[in-house]
Amino acid sequence: MAYPYRHDKEVRVLSEGFGDPAARTVEGWKRYGGYQGIARALEIGRDATIDEVKNSGLRGRGGAGFPTGLKWSFMPKDSGRPHYMLCNADESEPGTFKDREIIRWTPHQLIEGCLVGSYAIGASHCYIYLRGEFFETTNVLARALEEAYEKGLVGRDIMGSGVDIDMTLHVGAGAYICGEETGLMNSLEGRRGEPRIKPPFPAAVGAFGMPSTINNVETLAATPHIVRHGAQWYRQWGTEKSPGTKLFCVSGHVNRPGNYELPLGFPMMELIEDICGGMRDGKALKAVIPGGSSVPIMSADDCRSCTLCYEGVEAAGSLLGCASVIVMDENTDIVKQVRRMAYFYAHESCGQCTPCREGTAWATRILRRIEDGLGTEDDLDTLIEISEQMTGTTICVLSDSLAMPIISSIEKFREDYLALIRRGERVGAA
Amino acid sequence: MADSSRRADTVTLTIDGHEVNVPKGTSLLHAAETLGIEVPHYCYHPGLSAPAQCRICLVEVEGAPKLQPSCVTMAQDGQVVHTESPSAKRMRQGVLEFYLVNHPLDCPICDMSGECKLQDYVFDEGREQGRAREPKRVFGRDDFGGDVLYYGDRCVMCTRCVRFMDEVAQDARLTVVERGDRAVIDTFFESGLDDASFAGNIVDICPVGALVSKDFLHKARAWDLDHTPSICPNCSQGCNIDLHARDNLVQRLKPRENQEVNGHWMCDYGRANYEWINRAGRIESPGVGRGAKRRAADWQTALGSLLDRLRVSEGAGVRIVGSPFASNEALGTLHRLSRAVGTVTESVFRCRRAEDEDPLPGFPLLVRQRDLAPNVDGAGILGFERAGSDDATGGLGAAASHDGILFVLGDQLDDQPGDFGADASLYVYLGTFDSPAARNADFVLPVTTFTEEDGTFVNAQGRVQRFEQGLQAPGSARPVWLVLGALLAALEGGNPPGSAADAFAALASEYAAFAGLSHDAIGTTGAVLEPAHA
Repeated sequence: MAYPYRHDKEVRVLSEGFGDPAARTVEGWKRYGGYQGIARALEIGRDATIDEVKNSGLRGRGGAGFPTGLKWSFMPKDSGRPHYMLCNADESEPGTFKDREIIRWTPHQLIEGCLVGSYAIGASHCYIYLRGEFFETTNVLARALEEAYEKGLVGRDIMGSGVDIDMTLHVGAGAYICGEETGLMNSLEGRRGEPRIKPPFPAAVGAFGMPSTINNVETLAATPHIVRHGAQWYRQWGTEKSPGTKLFCVSGHVNRPGNYELPLGFPMMELIEDICGGMRDGKALKAVIPGGSSVPIMSADDCRSCTLCYEGVEAAGSLLGCASVIVMDENTDIVKQVRRMAYFYAHESCGQCTPCREGTAWATRILRRIEDGLGTEDDLDTLIEISEQMTGTTICVLSDSLAMPIISSIEKFREDYLALIRRGERVGAA
Repeated sequence: MADSSRRADTVTLTIDGHEVNVPKGTSLLHAAETLGIEVPHYCYHPGLSAPAQCRICLVEVEGAPKLQPSCVTMAQDGQVVHTESPSAKRMRQGVLEFYLVNHPLDCPICDMSGECKLQDYVFDEGREQGRAREPKRVFGRDDFGGDVLYYGDRCVMCTRCVRFMDEVAQDARLTVVERGDRAVIDTFFESGLDDASFAGNIVDICPVGALVSKDFLHKARAWDLDHTPSICPNCSQGCNIDLHARDNLVQRLKPRENQEVNGHWMCDYGRANYEWINRAGRIESPGVGRGAKRRAADWQTALGSLLDRLRVSEGAGVRIVGSPFASNEALGTLHRLSRAVGTVTESVFRCRRAEDEDPLPGFPLLVRQRDLAPNVDGAGILGFERAGSDDATGGLGAAASHDGILFVLGDQLDDQPGDFGADASLYVYLGTFDSPAARNADFVLPVTTFTEEDGTFVNAQGRVQRFEQGLQAPGSARPVWLVLGALLAALEGGNPPGSAADAFAALASEYAAFAGLSHDAIGTTGAVLEPAHA
């Protein structure tokens, strides 16, 4: 079965096996070069594995873009305590659907990535924390893991190397905040999914109080390829600061939404107009959220010269995040979109920190009032001030993540708000 | 500060322009406290872990990219901290406004009003007008069981109560349920806090009116209460407390911090047992004469006549029935007087004892002791021996039929027969309530309780601790040391004690255990007696 749609400009490293049900078996995955990455890692040793990933410039694909090799190198050496590798498969950022695809088509790709990561940081146990709603995905991964255990690829003495790496699947209960790394650790330990104060950082005190490293699915999935082919091979794509390929999850008003694997630095307009087949019904582009809902909204103008790499999107006033590109056409009611996002964050706030607990809910109510045509111009100032108060004042960045779309939408689409306030009707509503 | 005075285990930093030297590992919040600067805080409590989630204690630390929670940020050498910078103040104002988005502002009917930290901080630094125009979220009231009611709408979600139950009581019965602005505190099971031994403390540590005491509900306004430092009278642990009184009645007991005795806490048993202090029907004036011949008298007449009797009774055998609820000053002065007028053949006290101790797991120093009275150890030091059974009955056979002088102090003799003391040559009953067994007393003298006098108790650790007078005594009731001290001075010469401190000084010169101590030296946190005496 062919994957829904593939474009010639795609560079398929991670997505090679998408659409091929055979890739879900060890044998099938080996036809794609599977388990050669971990074999090579075991051959060259821990430090060389970390160096290879460091040199590749791979950055965390979960949203923050932190250099992966550097993160691995923070783990203590010979601490005498158990180390844990945590794989964050709690993919719940609105607009993001890449990790699910990696797992459901190429579960062994993730398992191998987890092996490489675990081996590199000296962990003999890896926890894969899966989003609660990933029913099919979890089944696929569980079946693949079972097979990997049977074939001696996971567990005691993997591939005859003398290295033990166990793997546990842990299914969450559906909270967005459990995708935050320390919230995930709390949830994994059976506590409320509430982010922890840092410091201490996970590399010092992580899951179960032990040194831990947590990586996104896509990040880990990329590491076997890097170790197998070398850092320079990976650097043939992307930019100096953002090397490699990335899965872009495009959703919204384009003709062909979907997952596309592209080299970082790819022009945004080309993604929309060429790869995705242009705007749906030939409508004009109004706004793009480039990195999942937690980043500033870009106006159509911001998109014109924007390239999709960490530094490129930042230069255009937003963030690449996890590269979940939400495209909105001219008929989009921005206020409604932002209100719906605000509702999401208010719903998902864990409720620990006051600015987030109260701020996200209050902002939602104000946005709802504006949407209902009962707003005032002062409300916009209040919203901006609330958003500023929610930025940098909390343990994690959930409230910052709502502040960014609110502030950017008021800055860039103030007219939409004012139109509702003045006339009590929605701009662009059909 | 001179460099030479710096030690390796301390750090020097600047807070709001003042340099301060604190031990390593001190939080910024605590360091500021030593300078008298209060950084507003809700979730932080010195007796609990710090989750840094209320976000109101954020301060500006020069060089840090954003405001830092002062409760978990440790002081470092050379740090420059601003608690009053525009960014810190602006953030606090913002957080306070967030708190009020859903807070019902029902201060007029809230028990916490007047001592509420939300009220205080908003009054200090909040916006004049809130901007939230939307309807507030409503939870209503929840009965947590035990003595605790929860008003979710007032809650600031600091989770002090949850952490107290987890960390200190180590009896996890509370948790946060739901999330975001729907988050509330709740109990796990229907039974809630029923039969918990220390749950009353969560009412104390709640910074707002979310957790309130059912017993105290709508009883008094905080600003109408007089606070008096005292000692919990309900077991020999001697938890330091404040008496909160209005209209000369104790309204509630609250723990007073003493890290050597009770930390910030007290037990529910001690907290709940205060109504007996307020019991009406006290003896209000001295009575002279046995049985039907009993007549009310003023103090001058009563003491004059008692003095005449004591003067002629020299050399008689004396038996004393004391009480572990009486102060050292009372018991000691009584014992001294007894020795001055005769030969003490027996001095006993009776004390109700619980079957088991009840320790606070997270603060093991605090134990609800078996002895359910505050001064068992003091009575022991002053020569009294335990008599009777664990329900404080019996054991007074010899005293009941004693034919010499009989003193009864503070023991109500509820179990004793009507002919108690009938054979005594002189029977003096010093008490707060009349008793059938006092019928044969030649003198019934009304005395004060620990709430109506100054004095000291010795707790189970051998720590002598002071309490102060918080209530006016009824009628003409007087402290025992004042009554008996006057008699003793009349018999032996010298000045009668003018204060409880004088009475204690007299004990200190006579009893080795108290040697060198004085009320001043004992201070507000007590003094440990030499182990040999304690």
